[in-house]
This record gives sequence, C-alpha cells and structure tokens, in this order.
Amino acid sequence: MTSAITATGLRKSFGGKAVLDGIDLEVAAGTTFSLLGPNGAGKTTTVQIMSTLVHADSGEVRVAGHDVATDPAAVRAAIGVTGQFSAVDNLLTGEENLLLMADLHHLGRAEGRRRAADLLDQFDLADAARKSVATYSGGMRRRLDLAMTLVGDPRIIFLDEPTTGLDPRSRRMMWQTIRELVADGVTIFLTTQQLDEADALADRIAVLDHGKVVAAGSPEELKRSIPGAHVRLHFADITGLDAAARALGGSFPHEDTLTLEVPSDGGAIAVRELLNRLGDTAAEVDEVSVHTPDLDDVFFALTGHPTAEATPEMENVR
Amino acid sequence: MTTMTLAMRDSATMTRRSFRHLLRYPATLITSVVVPVLLLLLFVGVFGALKAGLGVGSHISYINYVVPGIIVMTVAYGSSGTALAVNRDSTEGIIGRFRTMAISPASVLNGHVVSALVRTLVGVALVIGVAIGLGFRPTADAGQWLAAAGVTALLVLALTWLAVAVGLAAKVAEGTTGFLLIVQLLPFISSAFVPPGQMSGSVQWFAAHQPFTPIIDTLRGLLTGTPDGGTTLAAVAWCIGLALAGYLWARVLFRRDLNR
Repeated sequence: MTSAITATGLRKSFGGKAVLDGIDLEVAAGTTFSLLGPNGAGKTTTVQIMSTLVHADSGEVRVAGHDVATDPAAVRAAIGVTGQFSAVDNLLTGEENLLLMADLHHLGRAEGRRRAADLLDQFDLADAARKSVATYSGGMRRRLDLAMTLVGDPRIIFLDEPTTGLDPRSRRMMWQTIRELVADGVTIFLTTQQLDEADALADRIAVLDHGKVVAAGSPEELKRSIPGAHVRLHFADITGLDAAARALGGSFPHEDTLTLEVPSDGGAIAVRELLNRLGDTAAEVDEVSVHTPDLDDVFFALTGHPTAEATPEMENVR
Repeated sequence: MTTMTLAMRDSATMTRRSFRHLLRYPATLITSVVVPVLLLLLFVGVFGALKAGLGVGSHISYINYVVPGIIVMTVAYGSSGTALAVNRDSTEGIIGRFRTMAISPASVLNGHVVSALVRTLVGVALVIGVAIGLGFRPTADAGQWLAAAGVTALLVLALTWLAVAVGLAAKVAEGTTGFLLIVQLLPFISSAFVPPGQMSGSVQWFAAHQPFTPIIDTLRGLLTGTPDGGTTLAAVAWCIGLALAGYLWARVLFRRDLNR
C-alpha cells in the first residue's frame, strides 16, 4: 500500500515553546487518518506544516510523494485544505466563490459552471447560491468551505476540525461527505477533538498530546490496548449483591450503588453464561449493562487527563 | 502553459475578484472621490479668497494651484481602501486558502494592486472632472496629460504596495488606521495647499523634503505650466523607491509562516 502522507521527526516551536515535539505519522493512500487530541495538542500546526503554510523546524514531511519543504508547489497541486475557520470570500455569493476556485484551477468556463452547480447541489446550497456569503449561517459557510476545497478534485484532503461548532444535522452531512470522498479513493487527514468522530470515520487514529504521538492504531486496537471491558449488574438489595459477589470470583461490588462489575468481553455468550451462574443463587438481577472502553477511556489511560470535550460514557444495555 | 502565462491568468482572476467586490460595494470608490471633492470645495471656498496672503502668486488661480494636491489626496484615500481589503483577506483566512492552492503566489497581491490602480485612476479622473466644473483650467497638452497620468500611476503603485504591506502586517482592520492617518495628513504639510516657503522653520524644512511635495510640484508643472523647479526626477525616484519598499515588505509578509 502506498503512503499519501509521511512525517518523520517533525518538530516545531513557537516562541521557544515546543508545539510539535518529534512526531512520526504515516497515512496510507485512500484511507481516513484522524489526528485526535485536545485543544493545543498541535493538530492545527501539523496540518499547517503538511499543507505548506508553516515551515517545520526539523523533520521531513512528504505529501503525495513530494517534500513540503523543497517542492511546495507540487504538494499544493495534490491537496485540498478546509481549516478550522472557514476561508470563504464574504463579499461574494456562494456561487461566485466556487467559480473563483474553478478559475484558479483553470477549469474553463463551461466546466467551472458545471462543477459549481454540482457542488451547490451536493452541499445543499443551491437555494442560497446567489446570496452573499455574509448572510450564510455557520453551517452553510462550512459547507461552502468544503465545497470550495473540492472544486479542484484533490486526492488528499486535510480537514482541520471540520465539524467543530456544527449542528448535529450539518455534522452528519459532513461525515457522509467524508465517507463518500474516501469511497472515491480520496485520502482524508482529519483532525478532531471529538472521540466519536474519529471512531466513526477513521481507519487509523494517532492520539496527539502536548506535541507528541502517545498512541496510534485502528480504533479497535486502541480500545483493546486498555483494560476495562466489563459487565455491570445492578441488584435490588444488598443481599443479592453479596450473594452474587460470592458466586462470581474476581468481581468488584459497589455497595453504595448496589452494582457489581464483572470483567468480561461483553459478548452475548459470556453474558448468558454469567446470568446462568447467578441463576443458582438467590441474587436477583435488576439490570444488566455492558461497558466497553471508548476512546475517551483510551485517551484518559494514555494521557492521564480527559479530553477537552469528553463525551458521555458509551453504555449499551442488552 | 508557462509559469508566466499562469501567473498572468491567476492575476487576472484575482483582479476580477477585486473588481467584483468594488462593483458590489462601491463605497470604497465613492468615498475616495467624495472626500477629495469636499476638500477641494473647502480649500477653494475658504482659502481661495486669501490667495494673495498665501504666497501662491497672482499668475495662477487658487483652484489651479490646489488641484494637483487634491489629486495626491485622492490617491492617498484610495490606498487606504486597499489596506482594508488586503487586511480583510488576511484576517478572514482566505489568504490561507489561496496559499495552499497551486496558483501563482504573486497573483494574490497583484489582483489587489491592479484593481487599485484602475479604481484610483478612475477616481482621479472623476475628481479632475469636478475640478474643471469648478473652474480648474489645465494648460497641459496631450503629452503632458500622459506624463501626469504616468506620475499619478507611479504614486498609486507606491502607496498601494505600502498599503498592501500594511494590510498584511495588521492583525485587525484597526491596525491599518495609522497608515491611513499618515498618508492623509502628509499632503497638508506639503506644497499641496500653501507653498512651503510660507511655512515656519522646521515645518518648512519637512514640507520641502517630504515625498509628496516634489510629486505635487511635478503634477502642477505638467497640468498648469508652472515651472516645476526640476522636481520630476525626485518625484519619480520617490515613487519608485516607495513602491519597491512596499513591494519587498509585502513579499516578506506574504511568505512568512501563517501564524494562527
């Protein structure tokens, strides 16, 4: 498998403070790679270096086979960038913004118009096409921003926190667009501080904290890398809890909440077996829930601190 | 396509973008014409009567004396519009987008400069038209008009490249107001309204040596036939020097790391 992006020993400091402290990344072509981390971890700086906006202090970055330091023009020809702040021309209409991009990609008049019309439809902006972007909502602006990035049909796209501040509908739409792009063979480099986003979209995730990659792997690998899968049983009274705790060795009773945590992979067979074993005792189980570690747990386990925007625990009642 | 044709094509695209802004929000053009016209009315109305006392000389009517200075002020007001436009691009992040695209990097700033040149020259033409309606009587022949247009265009390039650099350097729009103040005030301490010979000590020295004075004197010589006292060379040198300084400064600012 060929690499779309590689970074080796990437370092960058601003004003004596190390923002990137020697990071190595590799992104396979045609996959979604997510750089996950809290605010200030160095995600935006990484994207800025990879998209030729900022020079690295040291280290090598190759994008689409070209060195960003020595051949930025070739890198720019292969990439599209949608940043955290929408980079649109507020004095033009949505359509004019897209046509501007078409002209800058030297698409030709007819082709440019066709492309702009397609993208306006695809991003649900056709009704607002002739309106000044200054009147657009935040979500519309972000959609236009991504549409502008797609005019040149880039094969590698950087998305820096593309859904931060979006309403749930726009967020789902953005996710859908990203999936469609990957299905077309585009490589996506996505930064996010939302764990569910990385989990839902990424083939591989690198967790960035204080300028260092603290873990990398598929979402499943990351989740497996930490302990914590268990079945949680809730009892009606303390007698039940005690009886169950005696029957199930290696479990952890919590008397204040009348719950018992039993280490388990949480699969259906394991849960049935567990309940069968309790069937022989007087313990009456009120409720069964399965807890699998989510990326929030992963993040906490790796860095010792929660993410900036922690999501609620992922609890599946079976 | 060669690098050169690509650069031309991208610059043309960026210039069209800038014109579109202007047509949609013509306030930039209107203020850069209306303010100089108001100043013209003010100076002709208030000081015209005092002309003899100003030392302007009896061979020239005050409006003929003052129009070259008003032309320079029109250019100065025009350049502040460019500083704001470049600053808007830079703070709204669209410059970041342009810089990640495979386009001629120079085109981003060239577009602003070319449209500023056209916009300001149109503004100057309108101001001269109003001045003629108010009694301005230029004596220039075709060659002198052309030369005056050339000097004015050079001045536009000088102030516009400086404005581009200021627009890139300022973190917020308010950061460009210092530049605006300087280029709008400098003509008052020049030969625009009163001959520097009438001013006192250090002000006189400043007025005689600052760049706007030779530029205004040159325009006055070309348009109204007053002896320009050999200022043409100084005027052209100032314009080219300032344009080059502004261009190099803007280029450094444009190439530096995006810092956000």
